[in-house]
Amino acid sequence: MKEAGVKAWLPSLLRLALVVLLIAFVTNPGWFEPLLKPLTESNAPAIYNQGSLLTLTLLHLRTVLIATVAATIVAVALAILVTRPAGVEFLPLSRSLVNIGQTFPPVAVLALAVPAVGFGEKPTLIALFLYGLLPIFENALTGLTTMPANVVEAARGAGMTGWQRLVKVELPLSAPIILGGIRLSVVISLATATIGSTVAARTLGEVIIAGLLSNNLAFVLQGGLIVAALAVLIYDGLSAIERYTARRMGQETA
Amino acid sequence: MIEIEGITKRYDATTVVDDVSMVIEPRTIAVIVGTSGSGKTTLLRMINRLVEPTAGVIRLDGADNRSLPGYELRRSIGYTIQGHGLFPHRTVAQNIATVPVLLGWDAARTKRRVDELMTLYQLDPQAFGPRYPHELSGGQQQRVGVARALAAEPNVLLMDEPFGALDPIIRNKAQEDLRAIQKRFGTTIILVTHDMEEAVRMGDKIAVMDAGKLVQYARPAEILAKPASAFVETLVGASEKPFRLLSLGRVRDAVETGTAEGEAIPADVSQRDALAELLWSGRPALPVTGADGKPLGRVTVDGLVKRAARPA
Ligand SMILES: Nc1ncnc2c1ncn2[C@@H]1O[C@H](COP(=O)(O)OP(=O)(O)OP(=O)(O)O)[C@@H](O)[C@H]1O
Ligand SMILES: [Mg+2]
Repeated sequence: MKEAGVKAWLPSLLRLALVVLLIAFVTNPGWFEPLLKPLTESNAPAIYNQGSLLTLTLLHLRTVLIATVAATIVAVALAILVTRPAGVEFLPLSRSLVNIGQTFPPVAVLALAVPAVGFGEKPTLIALFLYGLLPIFENALTGLTTMPANVVEAARGAGMTGWQRLVKVELPLSAPIILGGIRLSVVISLATATIGSTVAARTLGEVIIAGLLSNNLAFVLQGGLIVAALAVLIYDGLSAIERYTARRMGQETA
Repeated sequence: MIEIEGITKRYDATTVVDDVSMVIEPRTIAVIVGTSGSGKTTLLRMINRLVEPTAGVIRLDGADNRSLPGYELRRSIGYTIQGHGLFPHRTVAQNIATVPVLLGWDAARTKRRVDELMTLYQLDPQAFGPRYPHELSGGQQQRVGVARALAAEPNVLLMDEPFGALDPIIRNKAQEDLRAIQKRFGTTIILVTHDMEEAVRMGDKIAVMDAGKLVQYARPAEILAKPASAFVETLVGASEKPFRLLSLGRVRDAVETGTAEGEAIPADVSQRDALAELLWSGRPALPVTGADGKPLGRVTVDGLVKRAARPA
């Protein structure tokens, strides 16, 4: 009994430890200097010194958040549109459009966006937005087209209008699967956002690029680790929300 | 009153419901029976316009059912779907409150109605109200489905095989409950089933459908005694006919004067059950008692056997 209890708690403990470690690192990177020092050569700084890690982390998260929110709104709206009777004919077209968005390499999107909108956060947001669309759109489409038929019929039979069915039945029922798409999209964006630093967006990519330019392995490692820790934690948190909503509906969790 | 007049539904070239006309009297139960694919569900769904007919008119209390927008019509008609169709993301109480909420009832009135229906269906509002459908047994889900259909006090209730998935004991109980509720609220019910036994038990009238056509629409006794076609005859089940006929009547209507030895039979038991009891006890007669326990007379094997014979 007791052992099972410890096993059940272990993942939560690890997560908690990771959160504490992450916060400690971005707020007080100096504490970790001795650990990273061996990775540097000829007295180079072991901790990123061209800006605050905390600020960069927050800016990184903000960029991902804005792009994901925009991608979610557009992707879900598009999925709703093409699953209504009036919009079905646009289903194939919208699918290919979103697919094309995904086939451009992120660097190419950045390169194309810079002349149009200039350097900084904007081209990065555009790239992340385009990249975030597909997983959310695909999942929203799956959710909205695989409703249990008798539940939708019951909603019609109770006298719900098309709009009421969407808001009261179809969207809540597809919430877990849409959340799954958002989770994928966020993780992709967290990684892709680092590339934004090549066009002067302020993200954690700055740390990695500075490390690469000055041949400082400690910089590369700390930038990469912060991004990885963020990805793991956010992925985990969203999975938990997803499982909770799915369980409430009596759906099996995958 | 529901008047169905020359209703036809075609999907492309196939006629699924073929020129059906029938009248359902207010405060009665009409049961639609027929084999799978005979068009029962389609006919039912044309009443609340989940399916639009190709031709024909349906009138509810004299008004064409197309005089309202479909969704408004459907709020005024109770509907239980084949396989309950509860909303999995809403609690039992929220499920039952669906139509009252759509109609804009205030919270207090909705809650009163939900509690009333849950109590009526022996589901404790405190214990079951906050549960989700997947936390209920099949029988409980079925009751919630019916409660949801009844929530806004509809005059008309459409039920598509409501008891199909229930075990015989729960099914019996559910049928009795429905009968009691129908009497209490004076609801007009159209019930689809492919179980003849259920049709005979529940129906004031039975409509038999075959390949989209209404082949007979009559009182159960008449369907049993004078099946309109060989199809109805098979559906009724030749060897079951006398027993089905007996199951229509109550012991109180078969009481004879006199006394008998043995365990008394209550007067509201069906004649079929009484015959079974007589045969099992091996006695030619048993005493009958009323609801108050007073002796009313006796019921005999001979008397019941006469009643089981084909009516003239
Ligand atoms: N939307 C539709 N498009 C084409 N054909 C349909 C449609 N709906 C029903 N049908 C056909 O109409 C026929 C009657 O269907 P219906 O559901 O009314 O049968 P039923 O009597 O209720 O059968 P069951 O007892 O199996 O429920 C079937 O052959 C079915 O395939
Ligand atoms: Mg059916």
